Amino acid sequence: MEEKVKEIIQYYQGDKSYLVPILQDVQKEFNYLPKDALCAVSTHLSVPISRVYEVVTFYKAFSLKPKGRYQLSLCLGTACHVRGAELIAGNITSLLGIKEGETTSDLEFSFETVGCLGACALGPVLVVNGEYHGHMNIAKSTKILKKLGKKGATDDDQD
Amino acid sequence: MTTKIKSFDDLKSIQERLKAGRDPKNPCITICVGTGCLAYGTQKLVDNFREELAKRNLADKIGFRTTGCHGFCERGPMVIIAPEKVFYQRVGLSDAGEIIDKTLLKGEIVDRLLYVDPATGEKVVHEDDVPFYKKQTRLVFGLNSKVDPESMEDYLAIGGYSALGKALTGMKPEAIIQEVIKANLRGRGGGGFPAGWKWDSTRKANGDPKYIICNADEGDPGAYMDRSLLEGNPHLVLEGMIIGAFAIGSSEGYIYARNEYPLAIKNITLAIKQAREAGLLGENILGTGFSFDVKINRGGGAFVCGESSALFASLEGRAGEPRAKYIHATDKGLYDKPTNLNNVETWANVPFIIERGADWYTSIGTEGSKGTKIFSLVGKINNTGLVEVPMGTTLREIVFDIGGGIPGGKKFKAIQTGGPSGGCIPEKYLDMGVDFDELTKIGSMMGSGGMIVMDEDNCMVDVAKYFTNFLVNESCGKCVPCREGVRRMRDILLDITEGKGREGDGELLEKMASAIIDGSLCALGNSAPNPVLSTIRYFRDEYRAHIEEKRCPSGVCKALITYSVDAEKCTGCMVCSKVCPTGAASGEDKKVHTIDPEKCTKCGACRESCKFDSIIVR
Repeated sequence: MEEKVKEIIQYYQGDKSYLVPILQDVQKEFNYLPKDALCAVSTHLSVPISRVYEVVTFYKAFSLKPKGRYQLSLCLGTACHVRGAELIAGNITSLLGIKEGETTSDLEFSFETVGCLGACALGPVLVVNGEYHGHMNIAKSTKILKKLGKKGATDDDQD
Repeated sequence: MTTKIKSFDDLKSIQERLKAGRDPKNPCITICVGTGCLAYGTQKLVDNFREELAKRNLADKIGFRTTGCHGFCERGPMVIIAPEKVFYQRVGLSDAGEIIDKTLLKGEIVDRLLYVDPATGEKVVHEDDVPFYKKQTRLVFGLNSKVDPESMEDYLAIGGYSALGKALTGMKPEAIIQEVIKANLRGRGGGGFPAGWKWDSTRKANGDPKYIICNADEGDPGAYMDRSLLEGNPHLVLEGMIIGAFAIGSSEGYIYARNEYPLAIKNITLAIKQAREAGLLGENILGTGFSFDVKINRGGGAFVCGESSALFASLEGRAGEPRAKYIHATDKGLYDKPTNLNNVETWANVPFIIERGADWYTSIGTEGSKGTKIFSLVGKINNTGLVEVPMGTTLREIVFDIGGGIPGGKKFKAIQTGGPSGGCIPEKYLDMGVDFDELTKIGSMMGSGGMIVMDEDNCMVDVAKYFTNFLVNESCGKCVPCREGVRRMRDILLDITEGKGREGDGELLEKMASAIIDGSLCALGNSAPNPVLSTIRYFRDEYRAHIEEKRCPSGVCKALITYSVDAEKCTGCMVCSKVCPTGAASGEDKKVHTIDPEKCTKCGACRESCKFDSIIVR
């Protein structure tokens, strides 16, 4: 883990001002920010661990907990909101049995809502592991979860 | 492009050579691959076109270009066939072969892919005749459809970097600043501060080095024009920045971009590399002795980082907390050095001003706001997309003539501008010309240019709650009025939407708003009450219905509504009973169904699935 962190810091030439992008790359590597990786960033970038922790907990993009195999992001930008994204969020959280921002205990699903993805024409938009699913509705979101293997999602063919 | 451009003359001859190699009369296929169109799966269409062209041995004979966003996101995937500019929309991923065979080889039109003007019912063949485009002035954004963002040659072939050449070789820095002041270019990021004056202050400030920054941390939910510019025409933004750096006397620049915009980051990174290789960035640009370089920094997903001093903190690798503004960034900004920050769209306007002059630029727009503005027209609107119009264009023209009105025959209720810092504008102002000052006058603001259209089904109290909740989550927590005040406003709004509103809540909200406006440290807090104030101002009736009658007239606020079945419309198709997760909706085949209010969780699944519009929400 330490070697990988060193490599990432090297890429940014050890420049402390790149702390945020460095942490983003570390998170991309490990899917979250493990404690050991943060300590390695602190040591090799000569930034106190308290500062690293402050930055990690300030920015929403960072997660101190492992994320699920399927990462679901529902856009809650204004355009999606006025087209009923809130109801879809309610459906997903009730099917997964987790709150927004959480991961299921079997590490299969993470669900988060995001500000705006800028795909407003397709709104509401659900992104599953980087793949966009547009014109989302309650039934479609149930179908997607079912396809990904979520038990308990009822079957229906309403699009 | 590996050859270095050594002088302005050198640049001109390269432009000429590239231009000569591209006959506009030659057939060419252009496909939009902006983020919106990619989300439709357009990449597959691109691959299909390449394959089909290769199969027919046409790859060398027919031009093929993938470009950034054209703006008409509603109708993607879009294909334009030059030279006639035949416009195909909602193109199927397997339509490539047919388009090549019919349109490119035989000159025939594929009828079913044409756009139908809903107003006349007529099919439109050419791109320029589509009403959505026809009524716009696509000065800045229009170039997107002419260049492949990955190709610097494309940009040079349309005369790109000419303004840079003119500025560096023929103008003094002070003269450039004067030109921008004269053009009255106002900041497109939200504040509307005159860019020229900011440049002037930074130039005159003491301190070395001086920094210039491009703010691409487009956090307004519902706005995506900056992303589309950076994605679709990165060299234009870069050219503006280099001109600005020369005028200000800066040698180092930053682009601070949202990490959620991977394609924009990829394209601007490539553009910087290309510009560096061509000698347009780095040491001794165009042989003039001027040196300047740009770095890219990715944000961590914090809305407040769009605020300049929070952005500086983030660039320095710290938590993005703003500071009080009695010291101007132009004196002490990034690393306490003089810093000039402008937004993407502002930088993109600069080459036009330098190339064509302030007199031409000021001929577009209104008295106080010059040039054009790109808006993202989204929400309950037929033609979702990016729209560029001269300042002063009326909301009615934007919503109805360009946007094509509201879908489903619903009634227009409000248009929200300025993102979480802006306000909701009611119908009575539809004929108002949009510019910085007019929007402020009626309690909203320009912001970065998001325009969210709402219809009769949208609850304005819910909208106020939505924005306030957004700001509660995005407040950095440094100052009390914003951290605590906005949260309490949200709590009051929550109560109102849950039927627990009390008499006088409206007045209490107004009172709190004025304290938050006066007491907050940065613009996030200062403007946070705007969505609440504007909805109270223009939609007081809706607040009253929630507070006094415990009723949500638009049928949105869950605690105040019940679901029932319209016996007249219900056909007993049983679909609602199948989708209902709690068994609240039930009934026998071909008989009118019912919804048990005890079991109903108001999830909305039945209403969404009912094909006969028989679910009543009141």
